[in-house]
Amino acid sequence: MQQSNTYIIIFSAIMTIVIGGLMSLTSVVLKPMQDKQVELDTKKKILGAVMDISAIKDPDEILAVYNKRVRSVVVDIDGNDIEIDGKGNPVVAEKVNIQKNYKVDPETRSYPVFMFMAENGEDVDSYIFPMFGAGLWDWISGYIALDKDLNTVRGIAFDHRQETPGLGARITEDEVQGRYVGKKLFSETGSFESINMVKGEGNTGLSQHEVDGLSGATMTAKGVNKMLEHYISCYDAFIAKRKPDNKITLNY
Amino acid sequence: MSNEAAVVEKVQEVVKAPAEPLLSKRRKKIVSDPLSEDNPITVQVLGICSALAVTVKMEPTLVMSVAVVFVIVFSNLIISLLRNTIPNRVRIIVQLAVIATLVTLVSEVLKAYYYDMFKVLSVFVGLIITNCIVMGRLEAYAMGNKPYDSILDGLGSGFGYAWIILTVAFFRELLGSGSIFDFKIFEAVGWYSFPNNGLMVDPVGAFMVLGILIWVQRTKTGYVEH
Repeated sequence: MQQSNTYIIIFSAIMTIVIGGLMSLTSVVLKPMQDKQVELDTKKKILGAVMDISAIKDPDEILAVYNKRVRSVVVDIDGNDIEIDGKGNPVVAEKVNIQKNYKVDPETRSYPVFMFMAENGEDVDSYIFPMFGAGLWDWISGYIALDKDLNTVRGIAFDHRQETPGLGARITEDEVQGRYVGKKLFSETGSFESINMVKGEGNTGLSQHEVDGLSGATMTAKGVNKMLEHYISCYDAFIAKRKPDNKITLNY
Repeated sequence: MSNEAAVVEKVQEVVKAPAEPLLSKRRKKIVSDPLSEDNPITVQVLGICSALAVTVKMEPTLVMSVAVVFVIVFSNLIISLLRNTIPNRVRIIVQLAVIATLVTLVSEVLKAYYYDMFKVLSVFVGLIITNCIVMGRLEAYAMGNKPYDSILDGLGSGFGYAWIILTVAFFRELLGSGSIFDFKIFEAVGWYSFPNNGLMVDPVGAFMVLGILIWVQRTKTGYVEH
């Protein structure tokens, strides 16, 4: 039977309203839970860059560890602290949207720095910097944790939106992230070298500034390299200020 | 098409005077056919994309299976309930809208309660919308059959899809990562030097496992493509 156009239009309209209503209802109802998951995820990633949290299953415990051990500041490109944003509201490091910041000019971005405190709660044990960049299909992001010397990598944690599962998406695997541990960002002369993920997998004889690559995911690796180099160079001023010895030590 | 369906229905109604038992022979066949003889993946060769993509590990595969079974059963039910009111000319759009709604629902729930898995499956949950199995069942079955039969049909196709991808995932995780549900099976039995096969982690591995599976199945059922 062939329905009239009026019937089709009315049917479509009702369908649209019902489905639209259902979708927005779901979205509204689940939003608080999703926000909590995202917040937990962020804090997990920050912590994950410096310590092994896989043993902690309880979300509240992770938040407790985070509150106890992590202090945060927000700095500008010159390494100065920012307390309030352009509208006069206080800036919270955890709330800084790295993705939004990525789109604005590097000069005007706010850069959160997370400091993992030693057990005594006074000395900084590790500095954690967020990163953001483009992978092959969509954005990639990450947190890099540096030792007190602000040079040696303590740990790294990557995240991505749509890198190919089994290929580029492997950057989130512990084994891949572990390759960064102990590598150095600055050369012995103190110049910024970054850390490059090389092409291909199974390479040997890698330097202090290179890590083994991912087979079949060269474009993702390139994105990771670019992100690391770009973001760390934005923290240059902060690192220079905080470095334990600002003098360049030359090893001859 | 709907004319035909209506006629068929009338005939059926006349024939079966006493109510058909809930699990009559015909209904059992609706469920069991897609499990083996008319399997959506191995025989109809539909839904290959996600079968390759999510089967690296058992856990995401299981979540994906549950999601697909949920979507296919409920979209079959909804379309079947609406089948006499859906305007024929826009039926594909209506089917898509129903599928998309259910998939979005699954995706949102995963995001709220199972965030880690949401990140792993990412686009592939969304891609259930374009999974030919789901639309195929709606167009071929739910548009012309009663709700209860449609649910059975959805269950059959859903589990037909699920067991295949779970089998593929089983071999891929076992040989590619040496584990099952992230439990290191070879280390547990004391075989520490088990060499993980990198090929199995790549989509190529899925093709191979799936190929062998189809081979075994067709040898057993004697199915030949014409």
